[in-house]
Amino acid sequence: MTSMTREETEALIQEVLEVYPEKSAKDRAKHLTANDPAVEQSKKCITSNRKSLPGVMTIRGCAYAGSKGVVWGPIKDMIHVSHGPVGCGQYSRAGRRNYYVGMTGVNTFGTMNFTSDFQEKDIVFGGDKKLDKLVDEIEQLFPLNKGVTVQSECPIGLIGDDIEAVSKKKTKEKQKPVVPVRCEGFRGVSQSLGHHIANDAVRDWVLHNRDNDNRFESTPYDVTIIGDYNIGGDAWASRTLLEEMGLRVIAQWSGDGTLAEMENTPKAKLNLLHCYRSMNYISRHMEEKYGIPWMEYNFFGPTKIEESLRAIAARFDDKIKEGAERVIAKYKPLMEATIAKYRPRLEGKKVMLYVGGLRPRHIIGAYEDLGMEVVGTGYEFAHNDDYDRTIKEMGDSTLIYDDVTGYEFEEFVKKIKPDLIGSGIKEKYIFQKMGIPFRQMHSWDYSGPYHGYDGFAIFARDMDMTLNNPCWGKLQAPWKKTESESVTKAA
Amino acid sequence: MPKVMLRYSDKGKLLFYVAKKDQEDEIAKVEKDDENAWGGEVELTDGSKFYIDPISPPPKFPTTLMFKKA
Repeated sequence: MTSMTREETEALIQEVLEVYPEKSAKDRAKHLTANDPAVEQSKKCITSNRKSLPGVMTIRGCAYAGSKGVVWGPIKDMIHVSHGPVGCGQYSRAGRRNYYVGMTGVNTFGTMNFTSDFQEKDIVFGGDKKLDKLVDEIEQLFPLNKGVTVQSECPIGLIGDDIEAVSKKKTKEKQKPVVPVRCEGFRGVSQSLGHHIANDAVRDWVLHNRDNDNRFESTPYDVTIIGDYNIGGDAWASRTLLEEMGLRVIAQWSGDGTLAEMENTPKAKLNLLHCYRSMNYISRHMEEKYGIPWMEYNFFGPTKIEESLRAIAARFDDKIKEGAERVIAKYKPLMEATIAKYRPRLEGKKVMLYVGGLRPRHIIGAYEDLGMEVVGTGYEFAHNDDYDRTIKEMGDSTLIYDDVTGYEFEEFVKKIKPDLIGSGIKEKYIFQKMGIPFRQMHSWDYSGPYHGYDGFAIFARDMDMTLNNPCWGKLQAPWKKTESESVTKAA
Repeated sequence: MPKVMLRYSDKGKLLFYVAKKDQEDEIAKVEKDDENAWGGEVELTDGSKFYIDPISPPPKFPTTLMFKKA
């Protein structure tokens, strides 16, 4: 392995920072570090969740993206109105591939775009009347909707519309929840605050709706999947495993989720939290208010799945523990076959990741199962509690970068020369043109699911397909090739 | 005056979580922790200290409490 030493990593960071003006370099230095697994608390080595520097390319989103795109958007039977000008909703429509079942436009609305389409008049005179009318229109056109959320775009906060008042009035009229979400894009430094705001809106407007309604029959094995957005069917691949071991999944937050599921969540016995970053707030709230414990789990790669299934089962009785062992045993042959097939083709390859949420740390296990090594990882919008969890997962002296800029990421890649990069669509073509295999790890490069045992088989195939694609040897024009190169290629 | 969520970790230790600061640390020492009261000066594993007037009877965790910087 050609791993770098601590000195080399630190020298690389210094080298990359050199081009910045002094003040910017000082600021960016706090966000880059060589990992030291011995460090207990990440705040000693990395700063996160700070405003990006002006003038650098950041890959972050906004609070609206965090609320409408991540937390609320996948709730399929509610209509999420992008309240404000049309662009925010239209350009982000259906991009995240959160799968769901249902008849779109009749009883589910996941891939549709609803917007109040603000014009000059609405900015000048306020848009509350328009919102009022819009909710009525929705009711008329889509009577099977279970509720409406008002996802504010920037202008709503700037002109001071009172969407709460309209929502309260419409909730009463419609007898369905109309939820105002104050997720104006300018709030906070990244989409992370949008997650928090969305969680708070769930807490204030939805979660307690069925507190006095005991018609839902709960069992001792009720769990929920929280923070799984069903990208390419992820939540389904996770759900089947939990159900096979004898648990009952009563809610999915929020991939393929419904309003009723959210309202019934307080009746669960355990909240299973996959994406800690976006849903820890509501999990903590439920623990406090309803006494439902929560635990984080990781369904990427057989090693981590096994660990997680056992950890989940440990919270229940022997029947579930047996179930977990049964599930692990059942999928063992499939996993062994997958690893036997792909590991020889992927062994020893180096990977760099730069994504958001839970993936920079959760996927490491899956790569390790395939014999690959993650040499650099970083989050777009993590907080320090995410880095606390990452430090333990990453190898010594590997590179960790927070809110990395386009320039830094390119320079790191040029120096470290990974065999594979996993990041977003904006990075994809730059690195492919540099001749480096790339997977778009936000929505699994139009593949998936990657969670669960079934997902791992797909994950392994995709990584092989990308890394060992013959196109990487054809990037240089044949007449520019030197003699020796063509000989090695042929051999 | 940080608003603090207190909950038990998997290991059974009491965790001190300040959402606004992303701070989550175990509580190392509490001045008063018996059947009658809980509170006083609270020291975390990272060395920082907070203060809360002793609460009697002791609160049920998890809960949210307001602390003062000590």
